[in-house]
Amino acid sequence: MVEAVLFVMMALSALAGAVTVVVARNTVYSAMGLLATLFSVAVLYVVQLAHLVAAVQVIVYAGAVMTLFLFVIMLIGVDLSEDLDEHLPRQRLWVGGLAGLVVALAAIVTLSGEFVWVPAATAQTNPESTNGTVQAVAVPLFTEWVLAFEATALLLTIAAAGAIALAHFRRVRV
Amino acid sequence: MVAASWYMGLAAALFMIGALGMLLRRNALVMFMCIELMLNAVNLTLISAGRVLNDINGQVAVFFILVVAAAEVVVGLAIIVAIFRRRATASVDELSELRG
Repeated sequence: MVEAVLFVMMALSALAGAVTVVVARNTVYSAMGLLATLFSVAVLYVVQLAHLVAAVQVIVYAGAVMTLFLFVIMLIGVDLSEDLDEHLPRQRLWVGGLAGLVVALAAIVTLSGEFVWVPAATAQTNPESTNGTVQAVAVPLFTEWVLAFEATALLLTIAAAGAIALAHFRRVRV
Repeated sequence: MVAASWYMGLAAALFMIGALGMLLRRNALVMFMCIELMLNAVNLTLISAGRVLNDINGQVAVFFILVVAAAEVVVGLAIIVAIFRRRATASVDELSELRG
């Protein structure tokens, strides 16, 4: 019951945030909408016992990434008006048609009842086995996935070096 | 317990909104935020699927996606700033140097 109430509340706030990201004229409002979505999704992680991932989501996404976004927004200015001309012919028509098609397809598949979202979900779920404490996530992370973990270390180093290289971008006379 | 299909439905809706924003908006920053939205939708499906399948690896996968997303944001925003310093615009329609 608690989970159902939390799910409805957080789903509504996540969707509202997501819609704000897309429709807001001001980029800062978009960033705030994204922040609302990130927090709501973090709460949904906690509801599903993914404690560590929820904490990382709040610290990394809502903390570091959103701060970076806001920094860049403030750096390049918030009052950039977006031109509404269609440079690609009939872009909105195509996108609308495509979105309608996907939604209709999803509705048909869902309402037909033939499609099973998660095939083995009929088996009894055991909350103990997916209680995402630091220890529970760290054991597979440092045994089964240790190579991937090392690769992410390399990835982050490369990303940091790349960002510094781009920040030293020299102004080229055009 | 809320059925996994509800979480999947929410994630699908979030992904769809992100994809629509990606296709409709011209501001590079907003397009970037839409990518983050889509990544979050996928993370939500992984957590929910991991729970109903009794598999902790779903959460490990989300952890890796978070790291990759952070790296992607760092480089992407650096590119946007570099483009802005040169062109004074964040609209992707203005960037047509690579057009053949």
